Amino acid sequence: MVIGPGTTVSDQAPAAPDPAEGPVPGKAIEGRSLGRIAWTRLKRDKGALGGAVVIILLVLMALFAPLIVKLTGSTPNEFHQDLLDETFVPKGTFGGMSLDHPMGLEPQNGRDLFAGIVYGARISLLVAFLATLLSVVLGTVLGVMAGYFGGWVDTVISRAMDVFLAFPVLVFALALAGVIPNEAFGLSGLSLRLVLLIFIIGFFNWGYIARIIRGQTLSLREREFVDAARGMGARGPYILWKELLPNLVAPILIYATLLIPTNIIFEASLSFLGVGVARQLEGEPGVTWGGMLSTAVDYYTLPHFMFWPGMAIFITVLAFNLFGDGLRDALDPKTR
Amino acid sequence: MTYIIRRTIGALLMLIVVSMMTFAIFFLVPRWAGGSAENLAARYVGRSAGAEEIAAAAERLGFNDPIWLQYWDWIKGVFVGSTYDLGTGPEACPAPCFGYSFISRSPVWPELVDRMPVTFSLALGAAVLWLISGVAVGVLSALKRGSIFDRAAMSIALAGVSLPIFFTGLMSLVIFSYQLDITAPGGAYTPIEDNPLEWAYNLLLPWITLAFLFSASYARLTRAGMLETMSEDYVRTARAKGLPNSAVITRHGLRASLTPIVTIFGLDVGLLLGGAVLTETTFSLPGLGKFSIDAIARNDLPQIMGVVMLTAFFVVAANLIVDLLYAVVDPRVRLS
Repeated sequence: MVIGPGTTVSDQAPAAPDPAEGPVPGKAIEGRSLGRIAWTRLKRDKGALGGAVVIILLVLMALFAPLIVKLTGSTPNEFHQDLLDETFVPKGTFGGMSLDHPMGLEPQNGRDLFAGIVYGARISLLVAFLATLLSVVLGTVLGVMAGYFGGWVDTVISRAMDVFLAFPVLVFALALAGVIPNEAFGLSGLSLRLVLLIFIIGFFNWGYIARIIRGQTLSLREREFVDAARGMGARGPYILWKELLPNLVAPILIYATLLIPTNIIFEASLSFLGVGVARQLEGEPGVTWGGMLSTAVDYYTLPHFMFWPGMAIFITVLAFNLFGDGLRDALDPKTR
Repeated sequence: MTYIIRRTIGALLMLIVVSMMTFAIFFLVPRWAGGSAENLAARYVGRSAGAEEIAAAAERLGFNDPIWLQYWDWIKGVFVGSTYDLGTGPEACPAPCFGYSFISRSPVWPELVDRMPVTFSLALGAAVLWLISGVAVGVLSALKRGSIFDRAAMSIALAGVSLPIFFTGLMSLVIFSYQLDITAPGGAYTPIEDNPLEWAYNLLLPWITLAFLFSASYARLTRAGMLETMSEDYVRTARAKGLPNSAVITRHGLRASLTPIVTIFGLDVGLLLGGAVLTETTFSLPGLGKFSIDAIARNDLPQIMGVVMLTAFFVVAANLIVDLLYAVVDPRVRLS
């Protein structure tokens, strides 16, 4: 999967003026900016649009979680043991599905699954977004440095990438999350776990992005417009900021969008294995979809309990993948 | 020949760097987070031990030594073996000594060797499945681009990469093992030399689940790669000179688009050989992945170190093999 937007992307200034408001409307040849071309393409891609709509809905759901759960009237930590039978299994079909509990109840303690799913979006998205941001910043800085400076800088950074790609990241993340005590770095409880998760996930994922950005920078560095800038006396920082970076925006955007779903699964996996965010009894409940799934393992006779958190992860990841694929097709016409 | 030597030396250097990093992270991070040599030693002698006992153990195990000396001792153990003393007399740890677990009171290496057959059977079986199915579907999709087959296959593949493996694993366990009762319920492993049929029966569902995830992404990668190569000029030339279509596809299209797939394949198989953590947890298979999870749960640092190093070794070895194969297939690699 070689994604090289370089050829089509770089020859136009990203913010080319739009002469659509020229004196002879309709007759002038429209010079469309890259962003505009991409937007027209993206608008035609139903899958990508669907993905975008779902993403927006999910973000809204995460932001307004406390309001949404008011609709059904149960919070994620509320026990509804009166709705369970004597074997602690929810009464009624599909895990006690009802208007008050649209997704049914958790066996054993009768927590509302819908509230859990709604609140679960918060941690999932927060961790995935911030970890992606960290990887993208690290990957871009290191990738540009490796590609632009070459020589020993490139050797060191490229070897570092290889090392990171050779790491059993999941085991490593698990072990790290395990060795860190409950209070460290001046933080504790939920906030410590969140920061830790973001750092671990973000720190181990910069390799892929750095590798792509390095390749792009290598090819961009040799192009005529960079030579021209250099010929006019531009120096390193100017070339980096004004010539290279604008042309790297497209691959950065694409890979950031495609890294988010990977990170969502990563966070869910860590929570599933029991080293993610722990459930809190007060304040922010700290529910995660992965955590809900890991509890569900013990109740395999009640598949509804694993169905909802699994579907929540699936739909979220699918939406980001659809949108990311669409974005790639829109920004990189070569793949069409 | 020089290429082979150079690559092998590179691989060895990388293993050393990975081991240093692993060591540094596992021994430094707990300190940064506020742990002391005594805290570490307490893990070895148990929480109930007295303060002097812990201090003595810390001294004997060398936790007060500078980090580089501790690292040197560890590396030396891998090659010449080592002895550990916890006050109950010296415990021998013969060469390859990957550390000594004081929780299970045994050297780490033999335990790793015990678990290897399970993980190897799982990883290699699944690898064969996903490589064949993923590449076949990808190639067919690319050749029949836009057809119903292509659309259906790509939709399934997109869903496949968006589903977390523990969810598909759990759901397929519920459906095929608990409700339909046609596959093994998980948790059992029969060595292939004891009973090959039972071996395959127990691994069937894990194989399919794991292979589904990977073949989904391989199908996507192969399709993208095939589409790109088939639009290259040399493919057109091959067609123009009257080469039969099958020869164009296999000799020109496939050959070029499979090379990146092989690289990823090496990395994936290497990582899986070090333990398919999520799959083994979901199906309760007693392999290296389950071993690392258990080690993490017990906070058994020597065991975690051992398994991380082993995985890194597999990844580096797999990469090396892929690189050397390239050198055989593609003469340009040797010269660069």
